Amino acid sequence: MTDSAQPSSAPHSQWWDVWRQFKSHRGAMISAVIFLIILFAVMFGEALWPFDATLIDIPARNQGPSWVHPLGTDQLGRDTLARMIRGGQISIAVGLTAMLLALFLGTLVGVSAGYFRRLDGILMRLTDLFLALPLLPLLLVMVMLFREPLSAAFGTETGIFILMVSAIGITSWMPTARIVRGDVLALKEREFILSARSIGTTPFKMILRHILPNVLSPIMVSATLGIANAIITESALSFLGLGFPPDFPTWGRLLFDATDFLQLYPERVIWPGLAISLTVLSVNYIGDGLRDALDPRIRGR
Amino acid sequence: MLTFTIRRLLLAVPTLLFISLVIFLLLKLAPNDPMAQVPLTVPPEVKEKMREALGLGAPIHVQYYKWLVQMFWIEPQVLIDHMTGSTFAEGKLRVISWQTRSPVMDIVVQRIPQTLWVVGMAYLVGVLIAIPIGIYSAYKQYSIFDQIGTFISMIGYSVPPFFSGVLMIVIFSVLLGWFPSIYDTTLVVDSWESFGKQLKQMIMPVMVLALQTTAQISRFMRASMLDNLNQDYVRTARAKGLSEQVVVMVHVLRNSMIPVVTVIALGVPAIFGGAIITEQVFKVNGIGQLLITAIQANDLPMVQTLTFMFAILIVLFNLIADIMYGILDPRIRYD
Repeated sequence: MTDSAQPSSAPHSQWWDVWRQFKSHRGAMISAVIFLIILFAVMFGEALWPFDATLIDIPARNQGPSWVHPLGTDQLGRDTLARMIRGGQISIAVGLTAMLLALFLGTLVGVSAGYFRRLDGILMRLTDLFLALPLLPLLLVMVMLFREPLSAAFGTETGIFILMVSAIGITSWMPTARIVRGDVLALKEREFILSARSIGTTPFKMILRHILPNVLSPIMVSATLGIANAIITESALSFLGLGFPPDFPTWGRLLFDATDFLQLYPERVIWPGLAISLTVLSVNYIGDGLRDALDPRIRGR
Repeated sequence: MLTFTIRRLLLAVPTLLFISLVIFLLLKLAPNDPMAQVPLTVPPEVKEKMREALGLGAPIHVQYYKWLVQMFWIEPQVLIDHMTGSTFAEGKLRVISWQTRSPVMDIVVQRIPQTLWVVGMAYLVGVLIAIPIGIYSAYKQYSIFDQIGTFISMIGYSVPPFFSGVLMIVIFSVLLGWFPSIYDTTLVVDSWESFGKQLKQMIMPVMVLALQTTAQISRFMRASMLDNLNQDYVRTARAKGLSEQVVVMVHVLRNSMIPVVTVIALGVPAIFGGAIITEQVFKVNGIGQLLITAIQANDLPMVQTLTFMFAILIVLFNLIADIMYGILDPRIRYD
């Protein structure tokens, strides 16, 4: 009897299954590799690349691609590759932080609305209200209003960073909240929640131990979409000239600066635009793969 | 259905009031001063009077109330006057732009046609391309066509308009020189030649916006078609010997269009917001560009009016989408 209870192969965890399914999604795997390469280049590129992003070298201005400057130089002779690396650091940092903030807010609202019936009505009306706000105009207005006070309080770079992250975070938590609420509502009716409650689990512990681990998969999928959304929004604001100041290059800002020289040096807009698009595309594909991998109905096949 | 519509309309009023309050209060926090441009030689007491004339001395709730009256009472009167030639609004104070010192609504009315032409056309083109793509890629799921369609719509999602637009300018106007990179709004279409010019300058902005629309709508169309293709009624229709074309294009398509139509309705206000960037890239002086210049010039009444107009559009089209869903799908009953 003990023999037949032995599993035929070594047991593997749920995450191993998820990984195996994720691996089979070719687009997602390629994208994951590309995203990791971009992340690596942006994180360590500055240490490996000899030029500084802010080094002005007027004699070498407006150069095309060469061995010294593979992506050329801008109108002040600054190396484009170095600026791309620096810009990527800021863009991706904004994207990740804003995504975390949006995820935190969305999960907080979603779980509270789903778990505590009394809060459900008011929180969901709040979500609807936020969804009815014209987001891009409002973001522009927020940036216009709080730019000066925050730069004065925290210094230019930190101030604008805080502003960007909070503005994007506050305006993009709603989809996460809706999805999480729906999942929590369904979870609440399950037996294991009932049994946990019957042994006297407090609501706080219940949410932390039983609810949150079970709504992790929709949260992870909205995390990937959140990064993509945040990077695009930040670049859009920078592109409209309302993002970081010119001496802090972000991908959007580099694109914006390059459009001034569109007729003379059209190749200059390609690099930042390509970087934004490639990052967002790979993140979107990763999200697609994750959604399939985390869905147990698809995973078995 | 009627009671539902009326209830939703009534609910839209407090929602819009709340949104207007949020926008109003947000702008009241603005640190900038409309008197900043006035020369320093103007004595402070005169400046104070100017400030009062702009209504800035009054308490906040009075200012809000006055703005509401201007927006919902005086501006509609102006509209009625304009249409019928009556004189309801004569001598009444309208919402005045700080930039041009002329009524905000007049400028908005000047800008709307450009936006509607470019953005509206782009949306139409996008939808018309998206629906056949969605139908075919669902019908031939996992075929080469479907794979390419998925990839293109991924690109449509991922490439932001400020890159696709600029890229189009680089290719088609800098390198090839086919189309102008700047949209000329002073062009009057009165002959075939000027019509051709208009067409040429519209192609690029329309294509950039249409790419995004196509990406979204074709995904929805495909998903909705896939949901319906596996239904029992499709098997019944095939079993009774209907041709494949009738099954797909009549039975399945009609049912699949229900959610897609609501998505199309929901996207209408978003194109006004999303067009801000495209208008900026191609220098189309429409509503979006008006908002950007107003923000850069700290023209608060203009920003307030435009943002609120976007909010009205969103609430309105949400309502339209809900009602359409109820009308198109007899299984859905709201009351």
